[in-house]
Amino acid sequence: MGTGRAFDEIWGYGGPESPRPEFAALSQWVADTPQAELHRRQQSAEATFRQLGITFAVYGDSDASERIIPFDIVPRIFLHDEWMRLSEGLVQRVEAINAFLQDIYGERRILKEGLIPPELILNNAQFRPEVAGIRPPHGIWAHICGIDLVRTGPDEFWVLEDNARTPSGVSYMLENREAMIRLCPELFRSFRVAAVDSYSDMLRETMCSVTPDARGGQPVCVVLTPGHFNSAYYEHSFLADTMGVELVEPADLIVDDDVVYMQTIAGRVKVDVIYRRIDDDFLDPLVFRPDSLLGVPGIIAAYRAGNVALINAPGNGIADDKAIYSYMPEIVRFYSGAEAKLPNVETWRCREPQALKYVLDHLDEVVVKLVDGSGGYGMLVGPTASKAEIEAFRAALIAEPHRYIAQPTLALSTVPTMVESGLAPRHVDFRPFVLTGADGVRVVPGGLTRVALKEGSLVVNSSQGGGTKDSFVLLPEGRRSQSQVQL
Amino acid sequence: MRMLSRTAAALYWLGRYVERADFTARLVEATVRLDALSARPAGEAAWASALSVTYNEEAFAATRQTVSQQPVARFLTLDMTHPGSIIRCLEQARNNARAVRTALTREAWTAVNRLWLLFAHRSSPGGAASTLNLVEGVMAEARGFEGAVHRMMRNEATLLIQLGAAIERADNTARLLDVKYHLLLPEGERVGGVVDRDQWTTILQTVSAVTAYRWLYSDGLTPANVIDLLVSRPELPRSLAACVEEVVEQLNSLAKRTGLQGEADRMARARIARMQKTRSHEVIVSGLHEYLEAFIRENAMLDAAIARQFRFI
Repeated sequence: MGTGRAFDEIWGYGGPESPRPEFAALSQWVADTPQAELHRRQQSAEATFRQLGITFAVYGDSDASERIIPFDIVPRIFLHDEWMRLSEGLVQRVEAINAFLQDIYGERRILKEGLIPPELILNNAQFRPEVAGIRPPHGIWAHICGIDLVRTGPDEFWVLEDNARTPSGVSYMLENREAMIRLCPELFRSFRVAAVDSYSDMLRETMCSVTPDARGGQPVCVVLTPGHFNSAYYEHSFLADTMGVELVEPADLIVDDDVVYMQTIAGRVKVDVIYRRIDDDFLDPLVFRPDSLLGVPGIIAAYRAGNVALINAPGNGIADDKAIYSYMPEIVRFYSGAEAKLPNVETWRCREPQALKYVLDHLDEVVVKLVDGSGGYGMLVGPTASKAEIEAFRAALIAEPHRYIAQPTLALSTVPTMVESGLAPRHVDFRPFVLTGADGVRVVPGGLTRVALKEGSLVVNSSQGGGTKDSFVLLPEGRRSQSQVQL
Repeated sequence: MRMLSRTAAALYWLGRYVERADFTARLVEATVRLDALSARPAGEAAWASALSVTYNEEAFAATRQTVSQQPVARFLTLDMTHPGSIIRCLEQARNNARAVRTALTREAWTAVNRLWLLFAHRSSPGGAASTLNLVEGVMAEARGFEGAVHRMMRNEATLLIQLGAAIERADNTARLLDVKYHLLLPEGERVGGVVDRDQWTTILQTVSAVTAYRWLYSDGLTPANVIDLLVSRPELPRSLAACVEEVVEQLNSLAKRTGLQGEADRMARARIARMQKTRSHEVIVSGLHEYLEAFIRENAMLDAAIARQFRFI
């Protein structure tokens, strides 16, 4: 699969003997530290995660009660300049996503201009007519975005997908950094790494900045979780804890006269901003699914009345849709007036006959995805699939072409990773987190690096056996390193 | 920022369940020692009373197993089919703790998690020595949890956990004394034969008072002194007097912090006033069983009053 070696972010194209000069120190560290010691530290990190209960349940796996996501101790590193260029592209993209959402739930200028087939949006299951006409505080819909990126060369980044609903993984980013500081402090002397522990403060500021309560004073902010049976519960509680805000479940909230209250031992307290980690479908039985037991009846009415801010706004799922993703270059151009600094991966929309024909002719070369899929499920990776899998997908594509997009198999970058035989390159992707508040758009200096632990595999999702690594963003030369505060 | 009603309930019950697990572990330990390690195996009576103390007589009878060490020890430690086993208590404790992670420190949460992990993959407590290891593990980790709670900020969260533990502890001690005394029915002041002595020592062992007893009473092992110690002596942390005092202190502290006072405070203060006027020998004369039964009932009413006062949901 592919010709020649993939780009290794530490070793470049030459292998362990000739690392990229900026990362010689990391290569040296790996060479100097005995394998057994690296393994021991890795196991120590995983033991900590287990003790902390940073576990998740894999849906559909009857056997797995709780697992931790495997952690690999060798970090990937971004140079400062690389990061600055990446950030500019991310800010531009997220601003466009927010403008897009406000537009399609408002004036729909982009549809009137004929840039996107209207049925792609208006008939989309993720488009929520129930929130059309609502203007959330400051017109911000996607306060927290996770933009999934892949890299194919030193300066070649591609956006793989946009996550504007409830992007997860922040707690892994933070806990991985904490583990690295504890277990490999020497690396933080060799490299001046930007701190990520400001994420919670940044998020809290973002939340406070969009409070609808104009009276001033401290807004009441909460994190709304479905409960501790949810696979991402650890992250919900972690974020509430580090932000210093209350973690609430649906049972704790009550809506009266279009105002949201939480039930405390002293009586009801008005809530201003809710970081909700409940899907749109289940959020309000009076508006969305009536059978939802996880919702807060009346919360959308309170939102529409402007009495509460919801982060992220209901209705963002349309921006996650992979068919819409394929129009992102046009979307960025329309709202920013400029070309996208961060390119999309080339995407064939199978609903288009030409594209479908190409895909069917090259099934063993491409990656095929459901437009409304997630977690790496329902995906075909042509080059590693069996004949049977390919034929099954061929049938599915012919039956319902509009449900699929396809992309070329990219030679994703690799990062040295601990495997049984020592250190070996494994493919990675990257999810940085971008926050948008009334005070502007900010990119957290770090992110979630996911690594495909199986040799040659391109599937990095945790639900399918992937692992994570820490992601260093280097400070500019000459700047003193910030203190890495223990969380 | 006001605590959520649901959080308050979960913290209170976290305290109760860890205390319940710890008490059950102590009881199993004391009974194993009595049964397996003493020269005169105490057999059925000892294990039957252990079931009775923990309100598990009926549930065990429904399993149709014989009342002897292996089945009862397993029933009380690892059996998943009834709510009274240690593993079920720890599961409840952990679920409650998990539901209110943000109210606990990392240390407190990992202590609860460690308690629960003790039981992962265990299906049988094994023989006497192995059972002792298991329950000693529970007791050690429960102490770890208690320690972690003491190191947390003194606030509504810690007060509620400790309040739940104190209410549970009072119920446990009263029940222990009621069942054992009722079974033993001593005649006269001095303890009778060697079997009785072992049974009374089991009571003291369950509340970690074997040595304390010797320091406080110089006239040997008598039922009257045991009752005095467990009912009236606030020096012993597991006595009814100590629990009653603790509950009043915690409710006072909660009132200071939250401004919330009510029926629960009134009941707790009335209870301690009555207790301070009570002499243990009067209790024996007028009927220990009746006294303890009334105490247990009143304790349950206080539990309900606390739930109402703090709006538990």
